[in-house]
Amino acid sequence: MKKLINDPADVLAESLFGLAVAHPELRVDHAHRIVYRADPKPHGTVGILSGGGSGHEPLHAGYVGLGMLDAAVCGEIFTSPTPDQILEATKTIDTGAGVLHLVKNYTGDVMNFEMATELASGIAIETVVIADDVAVEDSTYTAGRRGTGVTVLVEKIVGAAAEQGRDLAEVAALARRVAGAGRSMGMALTSATLPSSGKPNFELGESDMEVGVGIHGEPGRRRVPLATAREVAAMLVEPILVDYSFNGEPAVVMLNGMGATPLIELYLMFGEVSALLEKAGIRVARSLVGNYVTSLDMAGCSVTVLRVDNELLGLWDAPVSTPALRWGL
Amino acid sequence: MANNVAVSYEQLINWLRLIDESLIEQRAYLTELDAAIGDGDHGTNLARGGTASSAKVDAEQPEYIDDLFTLVGMTLVGTVGGASGPLYGTFFLRFATSVGHRQELTPGQLAEALEAGLGGIVDRGKPDLGDKTIYDAMEPAVRAFRAGIQAGDVASAARAAADAAATGRDATADLVARKGRASYLGDRSLGHIDPGAASTALMFDALATALA
Repeated sequence: MKKLINDPADVLAESLFGLAVAHPELRVDHAHRIVYRADPKPHGTVGILSGGGSGHEPLHAGYVGLGMLDAAVCGEIFTSPTPDQILEATKTIDTGAGVLHLVKNYTGDVMNFEMATELASGIAIETVVIADDVAVEDSTYTAGRRGTGVTVLVEKIVGAAAEQGRDLAEVAALARRVAGAGRSMGMALTSATLPSSGKPNFELGESDMEVGVGIHGEPGRRRVPLATAREVAAMLVEPILVDYSFNGEPAVVMLNGMGATPLIELYLMFGEVSALLEKAGIRVARSLVGNYVTSLDMAGCSVTVLRVDNELLGLWDAPVSTPALRWGL
Repeated sequence: MANNVAVSYEQLINWLRLIDESLIEQRAYLTELDAAIGDGDHGTNLARGGTASSAKVDAEQPEYIDDLFTLVGMTLVGTVGGASGPLYGTFFLRFATSVGHRQELTPGQLAEALEAGLGGIVDRGKPDLGDKTIYDAMEPAVRAFRAGIQAGDVASAARAAADAAATGRDATADLVARKGRASYLGDRSLGHIDPGAASTALMFDALATALA
């Protein structure tokens, strides 16, 4: 294992220390491992909270700020945060209008957010579970589809709506609508190495790739021989189009890097993906290309397509100022 | 009669210590099982929780069994994370509620507490038998303990529970995971022991040692 760390046990704490120094517009509660906005939203606005295991940076702490999250709760690497952390963040960001929990669909995340909600008496909480990964074909015999790329888009759009002063029920309904209109599919060229274990989570041969991976370095649905970018784009886009009717509507498209794939390859992939979408009659209205939901040092990428209308596009274009997304200011 | 001999506070605290020791000892093994079909952190997470809960117990030295297990459950919920934190945490919290404010347990009360803990796992994780989870080792273990105290003494009941947990653990290798992260692998989870079932087997083996 070659990593820029001091001690495997201190990676998260020391990374949060650096984040706090780099971003004075954020406030980091080091004891609870929660990242807040230094300037909280006005009284009476709905708090937007997300969180999950670490190792997916910039998700979620990189999306705390104006127009997006009020707080992000950081679990250990690839491990859900605990109920006491989630409860603490919920209490802190509640200004009286309630708090929306945005949860990626993983067994641990769902359970810990659920326990936190049970403990948080007196605060109105709505929970929206994001499950956008089409690689999971059979949700009857699995823990259901995983929450991946769409999470970023939900956090952006819902954050903008909360900023406008919409109430908890409206914000939660919007989150469900966005979560329902987006799909993702990912692939890996290499596995990820956890600092605590020191070796790759799975071995991929020089000429193999894994299609349908999640964001935790877990193996995917199938292993296939390495293919060209054009062929890989088709393997990612086709299952998305089969799963959901984008009906010629405009879309927000994210080409996300898993952590160890250079931007030159991500842009190359985006060219392939957008050509396929265009052929299917989908207009790429807005795009994001870069590392937005990573899996430590995994190489590979994922494609996320979100069907949008004018209202969603307006919220997408609304001002945002976070470490990882920043525009419209 | 032998089967009415009470289980002491010391035996239960020893159980917790033995769990903690075996989690630290078996950390690499659990992590390896998890790396095969999950994300490779089960051993690390549980060892962290076990160490934290032993430290809390040493610091606070609760006098009663319910306070002891509440402390352990809350510490696990607060330090382990993932799915195993809420699951094992809920197990010990429900165990504590079932016990009430006592310093020793009859074998029947211990069986009830284990059943309450198992009920907590069911409520939290909604598992079915055969889903390839903690439940596949714990359900037969708790059932074996109940049958064991009806037939004989608490030591042999605990040994029977540990054997049943081990059998349940080994049988998970022939199952396709339907819960948790391993479920995303489909048939590729076959041939691998479930790490949660393996940690549950360690827990019941520690119980058998503590009550021997």
